[in-house]
Amino acid sequence: MDILLHSRLQFALTIGFHYIYPPLSIGLGLALVIMEGLFLKTGDPLYQQMTRFWTRIFGLIFALGVGTGIVMEFEFGTNWARYSRFVGDIFGSPLAAEGIFAFFLESGFLAILLFGWDRVGKGMHFLATVMVALGSHLSAIWIIVANSWMQTPAAFHVVDTPVGPRAEITDFWGAVFNPSMLDRLLHTLMGAWQAGAFFLVSVSAWYLLKNRHHAFAKRSMAIGFALALVASLGQLATGHAGAVTAARHQPVKLAAFEGLYETRADAGLTIFGWVDEAEQRVSGPEIPGLLSLMVGGSRATVVKGLNEVPVADRPPVQTVFQLYHAMVGLGMLLILMAWAGAILAWRGTLFRSPLLLKLGVFSVLVPQAANQLGWAAAEIGRQPWIVQGLMRTRDALSEVLVPGEVLTSLLLFSLIYLGLFIVFILLLDQKVRKGPLAEDLKTNGGAA
Amino acid sequence: MNGALQDFWFLVVGVLFTGYAILDGFDLGVGVLHLLVRGDQDRRILLNAIGPVWDGNQVWLVTAGGALFAAFPHVYATAFSGFYLAFVLLLFALIFRGVSIHVRSLKPGSAWRHAWDRAFFTSSLVASLLIGVALGNIAWGVPIAPGFLYHGRLLEQIHPYTLLTGLTVVALFTMHGAIYLVLKTEGGLNSQVRRWVNPAILAFIVCYALTTLATLIWLPRMAQPFLARPLLGLVPLGGLLAILNVPRLIHHGRELQAFLFSSLSIAFLLGLFGIGMYPEMIHSTGDPATSLDIRNASSSPLTLRTMAWMVLIGMPLVLGYTVHIYRVFRGKVQLDSMSY
Ligand code: HDD
Ligand code: HEM
Ligand code: HEM
Repeated sequence: MDILLHSRLQFALTIGFHYIYPPLSIGLGLALVIMEGLFLKTGDPLYQQMTRFWTRIFGLIFALGVGTGIVMEFEFGTNWARYSRFVGDIFGSPLAAEGIFAFFLESGFLAILLFGWDRVGKGMHFLATVMVALGSHLSAIWIIVANSWMQTPAAFHVVDTPVGPRAEITDFWGAVFNPSMLDRLLHTLMGAWQAGAFFLVSVSAWYLLKNRHHAFAKRSMAIGFALALVASLGQLATGHAGAVTAARHQPVKLAAFEGLYETRADAGLTIFGWVDEAEQRVSGPEIPGLLSLMVGGSRATVVKGLNEVPVADRPPVQTVFQLYHAMVGLGMLLILMAWAGAILAWRGTLFRSPLLLKLGVFSVLVPQAANQLGWAAAEIGRQPWIVQGLMRTRDALSEVLVPGEVLTSLLLFSLIYLGLFIVFILLLDQKVRKGPLAEDLKTNGGAA
Repeated sequence: MNGALQDFWFLVVGVLFTGYAILDGFDLGVGVLHLLVRGDQDRRILLNAIGPVWDGNQVWLVTAGGALFAAFPHVYATAFSGFYLAFVLLLFALIFRGVSIHVRSLKPGSAWRHAWDRAFFTSSLVASLLIGVALGNIAWGVPIAPGFLYHGRLLEQIHPYTLLTGLTVVALFTMHGAIYLVLKTEGGLNSQVRRWVNPAILAFIVCYALTTLATLIWLPRMAQPFLARPLLGLVPLGGLLAILNVPRLIHHGRELQAFLFSSLSIAFLLGLFGIGMYPEMIHSTGDPATSLDIRNASSSPLTLRTMAWMVLIGMPLVLGYTVHIYRVFRGKVQLDSMSY
């Protein structure tokens, strides 16, 4: 039992920590493409300075993403061996494909992006930037394919083998395009773009607050807000689509998101609230009929409740409800931040108000928090299943683990990741303080 | 058909691990040699010799792990859960290594930099050693219970044979790293690293001979394929010739060729290992029927076939741009504003 708890904590810790960095890599990667593209188009050296500065930051974030990602790649084998045996025929493929099609591309071209300024021509350098951004988006695709298959398994049959039953694939593309894959991919990408966008906004706001690098900061901020405007609305749309898909394919999870116990038509949507698990009801302001309307387009739509399944098959309702509502709340806040912020920046009000700039500095925490909350809601909402309807998390553990070992590794990971986070903050702080370099303005950025 | 697919995947996993040993091998070797140079400037040159590429080199390990998971899920599950603490240690060593490369330049002070230099050396050494110990265990075999169940204690996994394979890998990577540094350095530092090459080769050949001897005595089954098909003897012979060729090439100033021959010797060496193991992937010291091999541990034919297409489409692309990227960074190290 302890081994299960420790393994779950370790997975949550390692994935949660890993997931600080990928959204930034994805979002900043896209921003780099925009900056360098504008540099090639306009020839304005400021864009080159921006590209070079943000590339240095990107390199740091990427390094932490890689270091923590390698742990994830092997953790299915170390702690979840029974899971790996049961689904390896399906689940291993996207992980391998991620290596072949995404990681090589990202990390290979990153070398040129970071160190190749004076070794390749402008066009080639831009190509490298595009490849890095493409690679990080591709890696999101493959890992979401893997994870979505666990949420909504498709295109498989269970076969008996000499060492027990296992799920075997019947149609590769059917498994790839499992019911929830596209919604969740787009939603995750929007979350990543927002993380990158507000990172730009945050660092730029700090420079403006400190009265440094004005032109540089304003332009970086503009790109940040432009990305945020698109992504914040995209987030709402894709999140909504995800909820509709969940209602169809994972009704228990949706019911836990909304704290809905009784299956009913005209189900309402609680804005925020508290679940009374004993009384099976939620207290808090509710918009009548809205959940039915959103899920099925009419108030007559029947939405399934938690009571459809035995208690043993339900996730911890209160936890999931709160995580989900916090994410959606932050999503709404992000829409407000993106639009109000963009308008204030456009008018110039933003730059004159130290208070607003201070808020801008902290804005980066909001998408980070929403990303973590979103994953926790999605993953805990799937419990007690590790593969929805097929395998329970408690049956997924490695057969052979020894309690002391997992506790040891959990403690060591906690310690090392704490150190790693401190190192990350120190390095980030150093790079931000150093700021954009004057020499980065010289447009000698090409051998050809 | 299924048999051919399983053979193909044995080869792919082997090629991916070989790619890892060749590429991360030299940058781990540079780490093992790091403390031998004195002076901040020279140490920075060593770090920046691997600077643009070490990150990408590690991806070979990640992809090999993914390929193992996809093609032989039981091997993936049994190996990583069975060698739990050893792998956790390896992961920590790899994390520490990355951190020390990045953090070293954070402060100019010599105490700070010395501390991270030592961390870089230690993590490189530990990672190389653990990789060698893991190879040794796979060859030596572990007690596997029915259902592919195995769990060992870290201390049981370290015994004379696995220590020997561990040292052999350390020597191999060190040799490879030294040869790489000859290619990347100039001036006084270059003469210094040149002096390391022959001793490193010698150390490796001694380890190699001892491992071969130990394998012949304790693990005669590894030698079986070579007795059955004497032509396969060309593989160990080729490995030895490739290594012996290196001092000559360096003497004649053909440094790139020397590095390529060193890489070739690694490929031969892992080829040797693969031939000795085939078709087994983890040997059982108990009932031979409990060994994991490419037949009983593999994924379904459909998965193997689909993924074979992925490899056939993806890997030529990977090789193409990897070669291109290495070409962009060819030549001696120069420090600039982006350097570590
Ligand atoms: C939505 C995006 C996303 C998600 C959900 C995950 N990752 Fe990740 N991962 C990335 C997006 C990403 C990335 C953007 O591609 C990274 C992050 C920073 C980076 O440098 O690459 C990366 C790095 C990264 C690496 C290092 C790659 C390298 O060496 O270049 C590995 C092995 C993994 N990841 C594996 C995983 C596993 C097994 C996950 C799930 C359990 C996982 N990642 C979740
Ligand atoms: C705007 C309102 C939002 C709605 C309606 C919404 C809706 C959802 C839903 C229904 C899920 C579960 C999907 C599933 O697993 O079945 C989900 C998951 C998730 N959300 Fe949101 N979300 C919103 C905002 C955000 C924001 C602002 C972020 C981050 C910046 C975010 C990040 C995530 C992540 C990372 C997941 C887990 C991955 C996934 O399952 O797709 N969400 N969201
Ligand atoms: C891809 C294969 C994945 C597997 C096999 C997997 C499996 C698991 C397992 C076993 C747990 C622990 C169970 C529990 O504590 O409830 C867990 C929790 C979690 N996972 Fe996943 N997961 C996967 C992907 C992801 C991804 C890609 C993310 C986001 C980056 C993610 C985010 C989380 C989070 C935040 C938790 C913590 C929730 C918790 O404590 O339960 N997972 N996952």
